[in-house]
Amino acid sequence: MKKKNGALSKLYVILVLFLTYLPVFVVVLYSFNNSKYGNWEGFSFTWYDKLFQNRQIWRSLKNTLILAFSSCFLSILIGTAGAVGMAKSRFRTMNLLENVSMIPMMLPEIILGMAYLAFFSILKIPFGMLTLIIAHTTFCVPYIYINVQSRLVGLDPSFVEAARDLGASPTRAFIDVTLPLIAPAVLSGALLALAMSMDDVVISFFVTGTTSNTLPLQVYSMLKMGVTPEVNALCTLILLVVFGCIGLYYLFMSLYRRRAEKQ
Amino acid sequence: MTAVPETKKTERRISPAVIPMYIVTVLFVALPMVYVIGITFLMKDEVFGITNQVTLKNYADLFSAVNLKVFADSFVVAISTTVLTLLIGYPFAYFTARFSQKTRSFIILLIMAPFWINSLLRLNGWIILLKANGAINEGLLALGIISEPLKILYNNGAMMLGMVYALLPFMITSIYNSVEKMDWTLIEAARDLGSKPFSAFLRVTLPLTMPGVVAGCVLVFVPSMGLFFISDLLGGSKVLLLGNLIKNEFYQARNWPMGATLSIAMLAFTFVFIIIYKKVTDDKTAGGLK
Repeated sequence: MKKKNGALSKLYVILVLFLTYLPVFVVVLYSFNNSKYGNWEGFSFTWYDKLFQNRQIWRSLKNTLILAFSSCFLSILIGTAGAVGMAKSRFRTMNLLENVSMIPMMLPEIILGMAYLAFFSILKIPFGMLTLIIAHTTFCVPYIYINVQSRLVGLDPSFVEAARDLGASPTRAFIDVTLPLIAPAVLSGALLALAMSMDDVVISFFVTGTTSNTLPLQVYSMLKMGVTPEVNALCTLILLVVFGCIGLYYLFMSLYRRRAEKQ
Repeated sequence: MTAVPETKKTERRISPAVIPMYIVTVLFVALPMVYVIGITFLMKDEVFGITNQVTLKNYADLFSAVNLKVFADSFVVAISTTVLTLLIGYPFAYFTARFSQKTRSFIILLIMAPFWINSLLRLNGWIILLKANGAINEGLLALGIISEPLKILYNNGAMMLGMVYALLPFMITSIYNSVEKMDWTLIEAARDLGSKPFSAFLRVTLPLTMPGVVAGCVLVFVPSMGLFFISDLLGGSKVLLLGNLIKNEFYQARNWPMGATLSIAMLAFTFVFIIIYKKVTDDKTAGGLK
């Protein structure tokens, strides 16, 4: 039997959780701060007003969304196909390919960023959205691949065999049997990839161009200049979106699990 | 990682589905890495770029006094971050695993949620709290505990706080995964056989959760050398970390070969840890630790 937690251990867990969320609450609170210089002066919506008029921020938001969704979409295609294909293939460089493709996940981000900076400049690819999408897609593929691959390993091959015996073509068997079974893995990998892409500062920092600033880079430069409450307002809005997404994700997962239990 | 089937099919089969990943891996992972390794052997151009002159000077420069100091500092920061997150994260993960299933998953959700929020955004919260006219100083001044604002931002303490804060979720989730899978009856057995709680922990619990501890340490140690923005924003750039140095070589000194060489050095550090990680996790799947 497991021992139950005493009061002290409960207190510890609560304390760590409190410290985790403290800065987040502070950001939300200070986004409504009337003062420009950081000391608390009363409640206002001034900074939200300012934020909505800031063209640069809107542009970087647009860039971030384009970047996150296109690199997520591409990495879903490449990673899923890769995992499914690898399960069916057998060739000598297989292990090597798999290990090399995992490198972006293992490396410190700064090395990858620097490698892209050097590589793209020698190839004379102009820095901008294209380089960002290439870089983000490459570091998102492993997350999808690993998720799908571990799901495939646990899969009973007799499902697909049964479908094939009943006359389904390989494509049909893939769409009707394999795909629904790996869907949750693809989805969780995709969400992780989306989050990584939207959160990335370091790699984007190296491969961005002059007009393709992403939101995290925008926030970084605003923070370096000195905190303006505008950043807090922006952060609060991002928070709302993020928690909305997490809520949706868990809703989806619990629905999926309930459906799976019924079957 | 891929399971090799026992049947003796040695024929070559490449599913066309692998081709996109093959291309991306060769073109955008292998080639850039090879290129980076290549330029470490080249000379820097007078103003900008690289000459064709082959040299080992960059590697010799690695051992200059400045660089050695940065290596030592980064190493100390990375190790301290790892140890601190381990000390804070282990009890947290351990206690969490003892809650009921429902409470457990809720706590893990709460710990993972900030991971979805941009790390800069959370650092911003600490800046607001710590700066001279920030929340903590204002509060203490109002309470009359201090008479002038404390200088708690832009120093090493603030930087360490930021590091630990940013990387703690990785440590907690890794350890939690191990603790959750652990067979609690083994601890009970140790206790029944007369072992004291602490020695039961040292001799049973700790070895059983070691894979999680090692995985957590790698996941914290590896990024902690490269997170240049934490040192920039919270530490006031007082400590130059390896990450900052690489960034500076590229953007200020314009010395790409040196930047690349420093990255390779960092990679060597990292690699040692990844090998340890691989070894431990492979042992686990092979049933060495059960």
